[in-house]
Formats: sequence, structure tokens, C-alpha cells
Amino acid sequence: MAVTLNQVCFRTLHLDKPWTLATYESAGGYAMWKKILHEKTPPSEIVDTLKASGLRGRGGAGFPTGLKWSFINRDVPGDKYAVCNSDEGEPGTCKDRDILTYNPHQLIEGMLIAQYVMNATGYNYIRGEFDLPLERTEAAVAEARAAGYIGKNVLGSGMDFELYNTVGAGAYICGEETALLESLEGKKGQPRFKPPFPANYGLYGRPTTVNNTETFASVPVILEKGAKWFAELGKPNNGGTKIFSVTGHVKQPGNFEVPLGTSFAELLELAGGLKDGRTLKAVIPGGSSAPVVTGETMMGLDMDYDSIAGAGSMLGSGAVIIMDDTTCMVKALARVAYFYYEESCGQCTPCREGTGWLYRVIKRILDGNAGQHELDMLDDVASKIEGRTICALGDSAAWPVRSFIKHFREEFEFMIQHKKSILD
Amino acid sequence: MAEQELVEIEIDGKKLQVKPGSMIIEAADDADIKIPRFCYHKKLSIAANCRMCLVDVEKANKPLPACATPIMPGMVVRTQSKEALVAQRAVMEFLLINHPLDCPICDQGGECELQDVAMGYGKSVSRYTEGKRSVKDKDIGSLVATDMTRCILCTRCVRFGQEVIGLPELGATGRGEHTEIGTYIEKSLTSEMSGNIIDLCPVGALTSKPFRFKARAWELEQGTSVAPHDCVGSNIYVHRHRDKVMRVVPKDDESINECWISDRDRFSYEGLYHEDRLTQPMIKKEGAWQVVDWQEALTFAVDGLKKVIDDNTAAQLAAVASPNSTVEEHYLLQKLVRGLGSHNIDHRLRQTDFSDQLATPVSAGLPISIEAIETQEQILLIGSDVQREQPIVGHRIRRAYLRGTNVCVINPMDYHFNFDVKEKIIVSPSTMLQELAAVTKAVLDQTQNTRHGKVADLLKQVTVSDSHQRMAKQLLGAGDKVVLLGAHGLNHLHSSQIKLLANTLSQAISGQCGYLTEGANATGASLAGAIPHRCAANLGVAKSGLDAKQIWQSQLKAFILLNLEPEYDCADPQMALASLQQANFVVSLSPYMTSTMKDYANVILPVCPFAETSGTFVNIENKWQSFAAAAAPQGEARPGWKVLRVLGNLFEQEGFDYTVSTEVRDELKVAVDGMTMTQTNQDHIPSTLNFSANVDLERIAYPPIYRTDNLVRRGESLQRSGIAEAAAVHLSANTATQMNLADCEQVTVKQNGQHVNLPLHVDGRVPDNCVYIPSGFAETAMLGVTSPAALTLERS
Repeated sequence: MAVTLNQVCFRTLHLDKPWTLATYESAGGYAMWKKILHEKTPPSEIVDTLKASGLRGRGGAGFPTGLKWSFINRDVPGDKYAVCNSDEGEPGTCKDRDILTYNPHQLIEGMLIAQYVMNATGYNYIRGEFDLPLERTEAAVAEARAAGYIGKNVLGSGMDFELYNTVGAGAYICGEETALLESLEGKKGQPRFKPPFPANYGLYGRPTTVNNTETFASVPVILEKGAKWFAELGKPNNGGTKIFSVTGHVKQPGNFEVPLGTSFAELLELAGGLKDGRTLKAVIPGGSSAPVVTGETMMGLDMDYDSIAGAGSMLGSGAVIIMDDTTCMVKALARVAYFYYEESCGQCTPCREGTGWLYRVIKRILDGNAGQHELDMLDDVASKIEGRTICALGDSAAWPVRSFIKHFREEFEFMIQHKKSILD
Repeated sequence: MAEQELVEIEIDGKKLQVKPGSMIIEAADDADIKIPRFCYHKKLSIAANCRMCLVDVEKANKPLPACATPIMPGMVVRTQSKEALVAQRAVMEFLLINHPLDCPICDQGGECELQDVAMGYGKSVSRYTEGKRSVKDKDIGSLVATDMTRCILCTRCVRFGQEVIGLPELGATGRGEHTEIGTYIEKSLTSEMSGNIIDLCPVGALTSKPFRFKARAWELEQGTSVAPHDCVGSNIYVHRHRDKVMRVVPKDDESINECWISDRDRFSYEGLYHEDRLTQPMIKKEGAWQVVDWQEALTFAVDGLKKVIDDNTAAQLAAVASPNSTVEEHYLLQKLVRGLGSHNIDHRLRQTDFSDQLATPVSAGLPISIEAIETQEQILLIGSDVQREQPIVGHRIRRAYLRGTNVCVINPMDYHFNFDVKEKIIVSPSTMLQELAAVTKAVLDQTQNTRHGKVADLLKQVTVSDSHQRMAKQLLGAGDKVVLLGAHGLNHLHSSQIKLLANTLSQAISGQCGYLTEGANATGASLAGAIPHRCAANLGVAKSGLDAKQIWQSQLKAFILLNLEPEYDCADPQMALASLQQANFVVSLSPYMTSTMKDYANVILPVCPFAETSGTFVNIENKWQSFAAAAAPQGEARPGWKVLRVLGNLFEQEGFDYTVSTEVRDELKVAVDGMTMTQTNQDHIPSTLNFSANVDLERIAYPPIYRTDNLVRRGESLQRSGIAEAAAVHLSANTATQMNLADCEQVTVKQNGQHVNLPLHVDGRVPDNCVYIPSGFAETAMLGVTSPAALTLERS
């Protein structure tokens, strides 16, 4: 069965200049926004639709979006915020970049609908290195404002909707929603201890919902085509489509928007398959922080939340990192560990001190300067970061280490003993 | 508020009834169950970053931080289970991998939270074999030493700055392992409470610079005492090593200073060992000073005073005492001079208007508790730089402000506060009275209050503007209210009128009026009778003696001075010195000898300063706080109360047979407890209010925070700290332009025939047509009257 691509966030990708207002409107864009404002659709109705659609957060955690929106009491007096997390920093992930670049209006429409539901002001927090995506999104906001979709008394509804883009400064941690809020407030991006959750105490201490770019951008299509249509695209509890950023040892790396539940084998094929003569060694299925899965296991999995979780990993942000048999797993882990060492915010002791320790030990293994006992120590240190920190970065640093050692222990042992890679 | 229903939880098998919403660590602390922690501090927000307090909570899938996990009914917590211990030991291991184990050369050694917890949770050998992080030290001023390699990034100091003192000077820069605590751009700390970060720092990263390498914690002996600089009476511990005071740290007292003290209270002890310290009695014979023993010095003093009294009358004798002297000293001093036949005694050194003294209560402080400042809804400050004058009161006002209290001020300078001011009126000292009158009038008008007819009559000609109406409206808002008079109000040229209006205003808004008195013991001094118009415990006198102003004006023949340096401590140093210089005989009881003292005194008796004497201070809440001597006297110095007792004996007066200072206190305390307050309930109402200044350029004079008394002036580290002021001329930009003067220029100040050269600072806090020249400096001591008085400025 052929997989149908680009049904939701990338549905306008084939059109000329899909990032312009004219193109977006020609494909039915902003119709939902107009309809909602015109009909004064009860916000609870929109939330119910989202709940029924099975839409789950596309940033990595997979929290049901409709439920999240229902946490905000729109009648609480004072400011409320809908914040879009476009600080796409998970290594391997590049889907939000393409939404911002090629379909910014659909994101804006999704955010506006969320703002309508929650009676909130919108902020779109964009990763600092995203030059073109920022340019396109800024232009789109300006166009939408000029067209009267954003601003005072939008489309004569008597309601005001403000939406702003803001730019981060290139810190991975600011993709964590509470660190993002701190950064948005002008502070150092460090995660907050939860509870309280943003729904109660978010931006500037006000009720706030933070959603991923892909999540917001999915909303207008869900409302247009109905919850049932969206839910049935995927599998039960895994409704809709998901953009997978397939990278690594494939012939045609790229973003692929496919229904959830598409088999990994099909996704691999979409990406052109492995390079000739290579075999699949391992896959990180959900961004660098997700535990690694062996190629063999991976070939039997479907690309949805539950299937991947069943294999002890996670769907995460949908960054699928393919590693073939030429990959030295020690080197791969060293690179991942270095990333988390550099990106730890430094707030919690285990992560601040532990990420550097992990990286240094792995580096010594690479350098041929470590003992066999240190493999167990490495796993032990990682286990003591895991679950002991304010945010999930500690887990993200620990999981690759633990899963790499679990699945490819012989490669580590070989390198410690022979001071060279098993592949050399 | 209704009592909250308590909920039951269990920690380590102990069933506890705790407040819902509190954190596990609070419940454990209350039940004396020890949970290790570094970032948690009861007075700071919860950071939950150190992870040391991870505990095992039933039904939780991972260990939870006790500091940030709210208790739930029926919660079962284990702080010592295998899971909890594994988590805690792991955190300890992480903390130690980058912590230099330099305990033997670390000042924190022996009182280090990390060291203590490492004893319980650390391993003897580390598994960490990589290189350790090192961090460059920062220079953050003369008070706090840094060894930032030792920092465990708990951020207590950062949160203290942000939350407690509202001055975020320290922050964490960098990320991950590269995070550093610092000021970013190197600078000295500028808070009056900065030293508290030394106590907050759980490791040796922030330590006391003056105390650095002076002694080890376990060599120190601890005595309790009361801080000797302001009317708050902060509770402190004095740490001594071989009879010498090595440092001062706060002693928890929730009702007064909580766990904080001001830098002035913490570091002024350095002044105890200043080179000016006099350690032997000295007498001046034929113009030459000589060291003598106590016997000879006391006899010389008694003979000299007797001769003046015999040749003239006892009315030629006056005693002037610093308000920082103890209750016992004030009481014996007045008992002595009154026994000799004189009522000329005072401690109100910077006050110039005494016209209302008979109509007012013997001692006036704060009608509410210090703690209750936080629950006021409206606070009006009149003539007060409260944050610098009484840092702890300032801190309480900040807390009130954070809770939503409105603070209004009428001040002669636009002081920077760590709380926002809702309505402010910044005018020259003389105009303050007029502005206060206008606000009072606005309040009386808005409330159609007719109970203050006589005062209302005085206010008939006063013009009320929008700003007065706004402030009045604000003050008439809901809730408890207090009007606080600071130094610029109490020492105003017409302070009786300021007080009259402040009291009228506070009554009209249904609030209370409090006086933030000067020095550590003004309340005690008044109760002890160190005032000319009342004996001890408010007993009346047939005829009042001379007040502090009249004493200097009256060309008296003999003086007894106690802890006094008139050139810095008095309203009019010029007149005080002239008066002393013309006198026949001056006895100075002082811990220090100064060159001016050598000039005017005939005998200098070395008395013990703070920490070397026992005594009592009465704070503004009227709380009597007694303390024992915490360190041995230097040299031959003796406690002031003992010296005065022996003087009483030598004058053959009755009732000077005390053997311990508590007998002195008790004698007074019994009398005070039985005294009737002669609150006349009749305002002292003048026939008119004095609104005009009669000068073109009005001087604002007050000693800056570290120039207020003889001890702090000699605290050398404080003098080098970030907020220490220097003698200078401060003008508003407008006034400087009008006078054709520029910032940083040297200018000549002329007043009463004296002139000094000082640098000019253009200072946005100073109102136009005013000049702020701080007192308390040698350079400005000769400028004469420090309350509004004419002076001129010109380019040097």
C-alpha cells in the first residue's frame, strides 16, 4: 500500500510559493479562522474536536492537545498566553523549520484558533539560528495582520488577537517549555520546577499553553476536515499524521509527513533506503535523546507513539536517525554525549556535573584510555542522572548512554580492550 | 482567617499533622527529621536545583525533592530508605566531583554544610578521575571574599539578591558545567545587607573578607549580643578568639531581624581594634597628656568637676551621651549629674527643636511591632532614608510592598529604595513641613474631619495641590496604616511641628505614628532619664535642665561626655567644639582618643565599646534586650557603667553600690514598669507653622550609613565598601548649572566663616536649590549647623 504524503502540515507544499498568503488562502487557508469568528464557535466545541481527533503534542512528549487546551480557563481575568515552541533544537529534527519556511500561515491560523479558545495573546518562539524560517514567518505575520486576521477587532468580530514572533539565542534547553517561558520573559533560559505547570503559572506567571509548531499547524486542517478524518489517518490513540525527519545513512534524507502507524520499513523506503550494500545497524527513532533501537528490532516497528514505546524508546520529535553497519557506536555516543554536556543548563546538580562526567569517560574510551569497569560505572552514573532533575534533559543525556551500552556493549568492550573500534 | 485544617502524613514512620500546601522539607524540619539540603532556605524561593533533598515518596515513580514536593493527605515519605539514600548519595557524589577538597585552607571548614553532609553521605574515595573545574575568583568588594571554584551553584546568593534585598547584583552566567556566579561586570556589592550571602553560602565560595584566615570556626567562642547601631536591636552572635572579637553573625529572631543583619551590624566590629582605641586612662596636666592609672584619673576627674561646681554652681555642669550608650550607662550618668545638682543632660544629639518635649511622651518609638510593619497596608515615610538608616525596617517595608502595601514618602532627597513608592514628594528640608501640612490638610478635607480644629486652623493658608490630594487619597485607603518619621523628620529644624502634623495626619487616617529614632538606644536613654526634662522612669523635674542645643549654647564650665565625638555626632559640631574648648573641665568617657578630644578634654577615661561591656538596649518596639560582655576589654578599658559607678562613689553619692550591671538595669526597670506615662493628650500647638527657609541654598546634612557613630566610622572594611560615601557636595543638575558648576569639580563651601574644599557630584536625588553635604566626616565637621542653614558654594 502506497503511503499518502503531506496531508496536514505540508498539504500546500506542492503549490507555488506556499508561504504566501495568497497561496495559502487559495488552498482554503484562514477559512476556519473566518468561520470561527463569524459563527462565534463555542471554544469548548473546538477543544472537543481536538480531543476526538487524537492529536498529541508533536514536540516530543505526545501529550493530548485537546486536553492541554482544556486546562486553561479562558474566563480567568487578566492575561493568558498561547506560546508556540518553534525552538526546534533536538538533534536530527528539522520539521518545524520547514513548517515555518513553507507553511507559516497554517501555523499562524492554528495559533490564532488557540488564542481564540483560550482568550490568549500569542507568542511564537523561534530558534535563533532559523534565519529564513524567521524571515518567512515574520512576513506571514505581517501579511496576516494586513489582511486583518491579527490585530484589533479581527474581521469585525469585536475581538483583538495579538501574535508576535520572538527569537531565541540558540540554546537547546530553551526548547523545554518552561525554560522557553523564562527566555521569553528575558531571563536566562532555565527550566522551572513543576508544579506549578504553565497552565497555572506560565509566561509572566499567567495561564499559558505551550504547543509545538507542528501541533498548532495541524489544528486548522483538523477543524476543516473533522476529528474523525484526522483520527482515522493514523491508528487508535495515534491519530493523524506526523512529520519524520529522516537523517543518517539513507539515500534521500528529508522530512516526510506520513500517517502515524506507517511502518518503519515504508518510511525507510521513502527516504530512499539504505546506501547500497549496507545493512541497518541501529536507529534512534525520536531525536537524539531517545534510546537507540537495534536495526533488527526497528524493522518490525510502526512509526507511532505506542509501537516505538513498546520497544523501549520513544517517538519523540520524529527525528529518525539511521545508522548502518559502518557506524562506530562508541563514536556516535561520544557525539551525542558531548551535545548534552554542552547543552545542560547547569541548574540541577546531577545533570550539570553528570553530563560532563559521562562525556569525559566516553571520550577516554575513544582515546583508548579507559578500563572495563568504567562501562558499568558509566551506566551507573547515567542511572543517577535519570529521573533526578527538574527537566527531561537529564533523562535525555542518560538514555542514549544506557541504551547504547545495553545494545552494543561488545563494541565498547572491544574498544576498551583493543584501543580501536570494532570496525577498524 | 480560619485555622486551616491539618492533614496527616507520615515521614520515616512518624505520623505528622501538617499544614496543607507546605512542602515535605518544612514538615520534616518542624518534626526535627533531618533532610540534607543546599539550595533550600526557608527565607528564599524554592529552586529545587541541588537535588540533595531527594526523598522516597510512596507511589511516586522516582525520588522527589522534599523542598519542592507539596504534601498530600496520607502521603508516606521515607528519607532514609534505600531508594532515598541512593539518590542522596548520588547527588553528593556529583557535587563533590568538581568541588575542590581544599577544606584545610578553606575558611568555611568546620562550619560548611557541604562538609557536614559529605560526612554523612559521601564516600571516602571518589570514582571521578577526570580533571576538576576551576573558576576565576571575583572581586565583589571589601566585605565578601570569593573562592568561586568552591561554588556548588545552589543560587541562594542569587535568590537573596533578587528576592530579599531586591538588588540582583549576583547572577549565574554561562551554562552547564561552565556556569559561574558573579556580577558579570566586576563591581562591589552595593546592598546594605550584602553580608548575609556569607551565611547563606553553604560552602566556602562566599566568606567574610575581614574575617578571612583570622581563625578557625572551632576555635571561636560564641556570645550573644545586640547590634549597637540602630533602633532595631538586631540579635547577633559575637564570635571571639582569645578574647578578641573575630566576627559578628546574626542570631535568629523572627520578631526582629529574622536571620539577617545589616552589613553595619556585621562588620563594624573591626572598629574595636582601630588604632584610635584608648587602652589606658589619660589626664592633661599643664597642657601635656600623660598616662595614669585609674585611681589617679578618677580622682583627677572628680577633683576637676568638684572645683568647677564649687567655684560656680552645679548648673555649670552638663552631661552629653551618645544614644548608642547602654541603658545602664545612661541611667548612671543622669543619676550622677542629677546627684551633683544638674539636670543638664541629653542624648538627642542631632535634634535641634525641643519645644514640644514637655508635651510628648517620655519615649516614642514604634507603636506597632517591627514584624507588624509587614502587615500595614499604607506606609508613609517622612524624612527617612529607612533602608540605610534602619536596614531591617527597610527590609520589612520591602516585604510589605511585595505583599501589596502602598508606600508614600515625603523626603528631602529622592532616596533609592528596594520597594516602589506609590506617591512621593521630594522637596527641600524646609519645604517638607509645608508639604506635610498640605497632605494633612487634604486628609482632613477629604474626611471632613473636625476633631483637629486647632491644627486645621494652622493649615488655613496652606495650598493643597493634586499631588497632596493623591497622597491623601492613597493614605486613606483600606487597612492598617503607619506614618514613620525618620532622621530628617526627627531632626528637622522644626521637628515639633513635623511631629505635630505627622501625629495629626496619622490620627486622621486612623493609623499610627512611629519614630525611627537615632542610634541603638534612644528609647532606653529617654527612659533612663538622659534627658533634661524628666528623671529616670519619667519622673518630673521642678525645672528642666538644658537640652542638647542649649547645652552647647550656654558656655558651660564643665562637661561629662559619654561615647561622644561631638564633631561628628552633634547637630552643630562647630558650636559643640567651641563650647567644649572654652570650658574649664571636660571629662570624656570614650573608647577612642581623637586629636580634637586631646584639645578640649582634661581627662579621657577609656570605656568599653560594644561587645566588651554588658548592658541593655531598648529598641523602638520598647523591647528591653540585655546582653553580657562578649569579649574582654582592651587594655585597661572598663565598662562605662562601672566607671560611672565609681565616679558616684568618689562623689560620695548614695545608691552607687551596684556589683553587676543587671542591678542597675533592674532598679530602672522596676521604676519604668511602675511609671505612669504622662501622655498629656494635648498637642503642643504652635501659634504658627514655620514654612520659610530664609536661605537661598539649603543644606541637607546627615551622616551616611557608615558614618553614624564612633564604632562604625572606624570599621575599615565598611569604609571601603560599595556604598560607603565620601565627603562631597551633591547638587541637582539644575542647581549646578545655575551656579555654573560642573560634575567632579572642586568647590569651596563656606558656612559660618568656615570653608572647605570638596568635590562636586551632580546627584539626581537632591532637589533643586539644596545641597547635600554629608556630616560625619572630618572634612565636613567644621561646617556648623547640619540642619537647614545658609551656606555658599563657589569654584575652588
